[in-house]
Amino acid sequence: MKNAYESLLGGKHGAIGLALLAALILVVFPLALDAFRLNMVGKYLTYAFVAVGLVLCWGYGGILSLGQGIFFGLGGYCMAMFLKLEASDPESTKIQSTPGIPDFMDWNQITELPLFWEPFHSLSFTLIAVVAVPVLLALVIGIAMFKRRVGDVYFSIVTQAIALILTVLIIGQQGLTGGVNGITDLRTLKGWDIRTDEAKLILYFVSAVLLLGCILIARFIVASKLGRLLLAMRDKEERVRFSGYDVASFKIFVFCVGAAFAGIGGAMFTLQVGFMSPSFVGIVPSIEMVIFAAVGGRLSLLGAVYGALLVNFGKTYFSESFPELWLYLMGGLFIVVVMYFPNGLAGLWDSHGKRWLARLQRKPQVAAAPKPVAVAPSKRPTPELETTP
Amino acid sequence: MNSPAGFQAAKPVLAIEGLTVSFDGFKAVNDLNLYVDRNEVHVVIGPNGAGKTTVLDLICGKTRATAGSIDFDGRELTKMREFDIVRAGVGRKFQNPSIYENLTVFENLEMSYPAGRKVFGALFFKRTQEVIERVEQVAQEIMLGDHLHRQADLLSHGQKQWLEIGMLLMQDPQLLMLDEPVAGMSVSERVATADLLNRISQGRSVLVIEHDMEFVKSIAHRVTVLHQGKVLAEGSMEAVQSNPKVIEVYLGH
Amino acid sequence: MEWLSEFGAIAAMQGFNGLSVFCVLLLMALGLAIIFGQMGVINMAHGEFLTIGAYTTFVVSSLTSSYAPAFGPYYFFLAIILSFFIAGAIGWLVEWAMISKLYQRPLDTLLATWGLSLVMQQGFRSIFGAREVSATLPDWLMGSWNPTEAIDIPRNGLFVMGLTLLLTALLFLMIYRSRWGLQVRATMQNRVMARSVGINTKRVDRMTFALGCGVAGVAGAAFTTIGSTGPTAGSLYIVDTFLVVVFGGASSLLGTIASAFSIAQAQSLLEFFTSGSMAKVFTLSAVVLILMLRPQGLFSAKVRK
Repeated sequence: MKNAYESLLGGKHGAIGLALLAALILVVFPLALDAFRLNMVGKYLTYAFVAVGLVLCWGYGGILSLGQGIFFGLGGYCMAMFLKLEASDPESTKIQSTPGIPDFMDWNQITELPLFWEPFHSLSFTLIAVVAVPVLLALVIGIAMFKRRVGDVYFSIVTQAIALILTVLIIGQQGLTGGVNGITDLRTLKGWDIRTDEAKLILYFVSAVLLLGCILIARFIVASKLGRLLLAMRDKEERVRFSGYDVASFKIFVFCVGAAFAGIGGAMFTLQVGFMSPSFVGIVPSIEMVIFAAVGGRLSLLGAVYGALLVNFGKTYFSESFPELWLYLMGGLFIVVVMYFPNGLAGLWDSHGKRWLARLQRKPQVAAAPKPVAVAPSKRPTPELETTP
Repeated sequence: MNSPAGFQAAKPVLAIEGLTVSFDGFKAVNDLNLYVDRNEVHVVIGPNGAGKTTVLDLICGKTRATAGSIDFDGRELTKMREFDIVRAGVGRKFQNPSIYENLTVFENLEMSYPAGRKVFGALFFKRTQEVIERVEQVAQEIMLGDHLHRQADLLSHGQKQWLEIGMLLMQDPQLLMLDEPVAGMSVSERVATADLLNRISQGRSVLVIEHDMEFVKSIAHRVTVLHQGKVLAEGSMEAVQSNPKVIEVYLGH
Repeated sequence: MEWLSEFGAIAAMQGFNGLSVFCVLLLMALGLAIIFGQMGVINMAHGEFLTIGAYTTFVVSSLTSSYAPAFGPYYFFLAIILSFFIAGAIGWLVEWAMISKLYQRPLDTLLATWGLSLVMQQGFRSIFGAREVSATLPDWLMGSWNPTEAIDIPRNGLFVMGLTLLLTALLFLMIYRSRWGLQVRATMQNRVMARSVGINTKRVDRMTFALGCGVAGVAGAAFTTIGSTGPTAGSLYIVDTFLVVVFGGASSLLGTIASAFSIAQAQSLLEFFTSGSMAKVFTLSAVVLILMLRPQGLFSAKVRK
């Protein structure tokens, strides 16, 4: 019992942090926000899945994937294909020249359901595919890249290129994928209308609980020996390799976990927003997801969630009120966070927030506890293991 | 070497034969033959650029041989992956202390504990009583028993060197390779390191690269002099030191 | 035999189309190869320096036609030079303000310069509007050259090719023959050593970065002859350009040329057989696959580690 408490919740400190986050997304948001805004927050939370995965891959593993949108998109498209098939039963598509296939196929003169769409008639297959398809692709990319010891930078560039390839492919193959519009007009899940306010509320909770589950899994990984190995590899990869570890397999593992989280996030996005399109797959969304993790703090799993929420609140607010300013702000945020606050909000909290809290409680010893998080030019910032007691 | 086949005790634990590696035509190691016996402390010396570190790189798989064989206890190392070589029982210390600065001494040693080396093993690895005892035992051995919970970057340079040796001891290797273990150490630390090496060479072979002749004298069972990627002389420290060829290329300088 | 000569003509024209793409890609990639290959800096805003060059050309063109129409036929040369210096100067500033503080953190450079590219794109949008603009080409760049009846080679393409050849030759001379190039190569090989023999490595870094950006600016000027300029014109090329540089083996300029050529030609030839988007998918996938098999790139030398 004690072990589980330590490794999953990260002791008292981690448990409080997690409880606060859970209270915020499970109680405060549903009570304070109307149905429309809550659905929007639900959408942001699906990005948080990706950001949590990025903390694992990038913060701990030191591998910066600029193609997480690929996995988000694959998960989302798998879900969308199932929902689209359900929405395209012969009865509701009888005005098409070929009833029973998705409308965009009919518009593109396709007369038969393509073979790779067939299995998506099954919900259980779809649910497996939401995780399995991103993981398999990550496995292939990971094996190809890490077994050959491709450098960090090359990995980033290649993942970005794959994001571009996938986007161009989806847009180009309009008849098979819905093209640039994506897969739209999704209605029901096994007969349950996902467009009602009630359904959206339920899906929000499902999504929030799944996100908390992913955070627990990520915490378990980070707290395990594997988590320590990842950090050790970031600084002394040779030492780890010559201590008898297959370094590549650990990188492949976290990359696959990140892909799985992103896939689940994508599927929840499709369910809550009601469509999936290439604009969530490509280079721009992929790199935006990195900024969510960077703002929250690349080594903080909870920070990733706050980062995703904050940046997206900002995006929504500014693009509604000052659309001109938004890109300046977003770009500026990138530059400032990366250059001056490499540990993001979590780093600020550790260096300032806790001291402030301690002064408030007049307990000066807490102030000395966190390591100073400085912009270290020579080496990356010292990671704060969330689980060290 | 010359011993009849099947006579187990005399068979060297490491037999390097005809080993060659060339970098764009430059032969850093050239048709090298080198043998390390069981329970032997074997020191390799030689002028800069003689190929000493490259030999260690070749044994542990960091560099791949162009030709030749490295037989370790009946297994051919030149074809094996780095981590398999380690798992077969070869430990290697790097020239600069290579430890995990952000972790404590305990955690550094624990990282090298030979369990939980695969992905899922590492995921479900538990700090059992057995692990703790082994870490404490090794920490005592390397004179860091009182510093178990100190962060590694706070150790002195010499202690860092010992810590890395300790990390290798955790794996209980049959062959321990140390690249300049006393570089940058004080005199008393050198003496302590020599004692340490004499203690830990019980039941295993140790291959050392070193420049400090006093230190070499105090540990070496056998010395090999490398020059331009080849063996120039081999034998006891006294024999090597009085060898005219050696004096010419190396000691005479 | 009739079809054969026709096929030859098509192949030649398609090949020439590929050459125009190749030229812009190569100019972009040469700038990036200097920055990424020699300095190891990942500049995601490199495309925006192309855009700077393109807008500079547009501004020079508009100013010429309103104030000095007589200068019209020659403005393009001025535009090329200005593009180089404006993009170079902005590059110099960026190195000073950002890049120089991130040399130890390559992945962070990538993210920070991505942020910069967002800011620059929005800047272009605020100044020039979201609509695409085109410079008025001088008459001598219009029309085409017909060596035979069936072959039709556009003059702007020929001009871009000439410009590319000239600039490539100049860069080669600078890097491999000049004293400054020697300093650059020395700094990249061993920074500490270079500093100890009296090379001002900080200045070398800054100048190298500025030069790379300047070359991208010229790429932008060349770009205006074959396409119209929008705020995101350059960012469309950034992934391709990175692939060209990586594929060519990062540190070799000859490799960059060969790689730009093969990628542009493959793209152009495939476009003839399938759609444009599928040609891109096939070309990029092939490059990514080859990179997975040969991560050091096609043309890199074997180095002792």
